[in-house]
Amino acid sequence: MKAIVHVRLKPDVLDPQGQAITGALHALGFTEVIGARQGKIIELDLDGTDHNLAKERVETMCGQLLANTVIEQFTVTIED
Amino acid sequence: MRAAVIVFPGSNCDRDAASALAQVTGQAPLMVWHQSNELPAVDLVVLPGGFAYGDYLRPGAMAARSVIMREVCKHAEAGGLVAGICNGFQVLSEVGLLPGVLMRNAGLKFVCKPVALQVERIDTPFTSQYSQKSPITIPVAHHDGNFYASQDELTRLEDQGQVVFRYVDNPNGSANNIAGIVNQANNVLGMMPHPERAMGTTGDGGDGVLFFKSLLGGFR
Repeated sequence: MKAIVHVRLKPDVLDPQGQAITGALHALGFTEVIGARQGKIIELDLDGTDHNLAKERVETMCGQLLANTVIEQFTVTIED
Repeated sequence: MRAAVIVFPGSNCDRDAASALAQVTGQAPLMVWHQSNELPAVDLVVLPGGFAYGDYLRPGAMAARSVIMREVCKHAEAGGLVAGICNGFQVLSEVGLLPGVLMRNAGLKFVCKPVALQVERIDTPFTSQYSQKSPITIPVAHHDGNFYASQDELTRLEDQGQVVFRYVDNPNGSANNIAGIVNQANNVLGMMPHPERAMGTTGDGGDGVLFFKSLLGGFR
């Protein structure tokens, strides 16, 4: 099994890196870009077959380490 | 006063902190490796600056989950003094001993220069030797020093007077110009500027000396 964890800054948290990406894309001529937000993807290889249990455990991992919930939110997807 | 400096892989101000402590207290602090599961009986724990675990995942995130931090948390909960400087501040916020997060600097640049700080509190164990009115000059050197907390948390921090140091000229976008805070019990402090780099020995003004003298003062 695999867990795909998306960690993103909460919508109300300023993202200076996203702003820099927007600026750089504008400089390259992609003027249709009105905003960018940078996050991260963490792939976990997991032992076991129970998707529901895996999702629950990975969400706990997010709360304890993978995301800082003061500024970040996360989503967990389990794949075979 | 007995002090310990915690050493993580990637700490790079641990020896500067040890040197500053030795200069003021006349006694070399204990250097404690991050994998140690015992913290010797000390009055003060310093979490030094640097890039613990290469800032992997988030600055301070890995260090906050290291073995020794469980002991540091126990020390703090028992009322022992803890000072986190720069990366040490990031570790303290990641481990939950201090609120908020140190985010990437608003200007995205690594900022490395002396900055003027207003000392907001002179009734803490970390600042008792300062005089409230005069700004002090202490160097900063960080990429992730942009203090963020929710509006409710900021209001609470201000109402409870937990802001100890404030930038006179904000170098990194920190909310409310916050450079350093204490916990509600006043025994855990985090600050981005480096007092151990302002000890009067390298042509600096020596404004960091009073920080360490304040700590010593409580144990005379």
